[in-house]
Amino acid sequence: MDKAPALLGLIADGASHGYDLKHRYDAYFGAERPIAFGQIYSTIARMIRDGYIEPLGEEPGAGPDRKRYGVTATGREHLRQWLSTPDEPSPTLQSNLFAKTVLALLLDDDADGLLDVQRHAHLARMRDLTTAKHNAPMLERLAIDHALFQIEADLRWIDLASARLADMRQEILRND
Amino acid sequence: MTDTALTPPTVATATALIEATGLYKSFGPTEALRGIDLAVNRGEVLAVMGPSGSGKSTLLHCIAGVLPPDSGRVVIDGTDVTGLSADARARFRLSKVGFVFQFGQLLPDLSALDNVALPLLMGGMNRRTAAKQAQEWLERLDLADQASKVPGNMSGGQAQRVAIARALVTHPSVVFADEPTGSLDSVAGEKVLRAMLDAVRAAGTTVVLITHDPRTAAYADREVIVRDGRLSGASRGGAA
Repeated sequence: MDKAPALLGLIADGASHGYDLKHRYDAYFGAERPIAFGQIYSTIARMIRDGYIEPLGEEPGAGPDRKRYGVTATGREHLRQWLSTPDEPSPTLQSNLFAKTVLALLLDDDADGLLDVQRHAHLARMRDLTTAKHNAPMLERLAIDHALFQIEADLRWIDLASARLADMRQEILRND
Repeated sequence: MTDTALTPPTVATATALIEATGLYKSFGPTEALRGIDLAVNRGEVLAVMGPSGSGKSTLLHCIAGVLPPDSGRVVIDGTDVTGLSADARARFRLSKVGFVFQFGQLLPDLSALDNVALPLLMGGMNRRTAAKQAQEWLERLDLADQASKVPGNMSGGQAQRVAIARALVTHPSVVFADEPTGSLDSVAGEKVLRAMLDAVRAAGTTVVLITHDPRTAAYADREVIVRDGRLSGASRGGAA
């Protein structure tokens, strides 16, 4: 899963400092592998360098003061591009698409649309494979069928996510 | 988010065989179609996908002239189908349109040959010529040895190929196929699809293929997705 755009999305949704970012990242995406503070701060430094976020000053807390960050116009455009660009069908797709779907719901963006774009990208790949299968020898056909079934499994997940968007939206708003 | 990649395909082109614009259809309080614009190019194989209850079968019935829409217009090969009387629509379907359904819907008491010849006989062709042409289509679909069998004595895949021969025997401009492999296992389904698409591509026939199955849709030139009575998502891959 792409951690940097996911963190950028959480900042866009109002997570303004490192501790808050870790808390929310782990709640949505870190059930199996929580993100390390070190990775959050190195990603923040990179995003400042790339002009995606900017420091907004410091907020006093119980411990040391917390640096707050906000998303720049460049950062919002980068996020928008990430959300609307389909991923290559691959074993890592599902977690990436899951992150995109959750963030689109959090940011009140077009979650239906991004699932549709991904669905078309998957079907285009299936179409290429189906064409390649047409005159292929039997063993190659079998290998292509294996790839087709894997892509189909992703598509089933996309269909399920698509059907559950309204429920997911409500649950996320409740927990937000 | 506003992004052109998310805009549904609605633009008719000069090569369109089918142009449907502003289609609405309700059944009581249920709005099945809520403003659909769709163009299908001549010789194109289009998959129409969508979850159960999304309106994809209603869309097929409205485009094919089986069901009149509440409003909107469907033009097939230059004929405004929505402007025809019920009788004229039936004649139009007989000469210009072929149908393949999920369960074949062959007449159970007729042989494969007679099932395929039936649309020709209904169109006024003499029996000898109709039988000859039906036999040619059965041969083309690798069914020469099934001609005298009734559907109940054939496998599901064979019966479905007979249904395809029956849909194509009149040389229609367009074939509408509603889940044509939905009742078959994947090996038989693949054989039926290949047979159908080889035949329609050789004849240059336009196909509108309703399916919820991505492996079936992957045989089409492009797909559109129907959700809640509207077209959704970008259409890519092969559309002119």
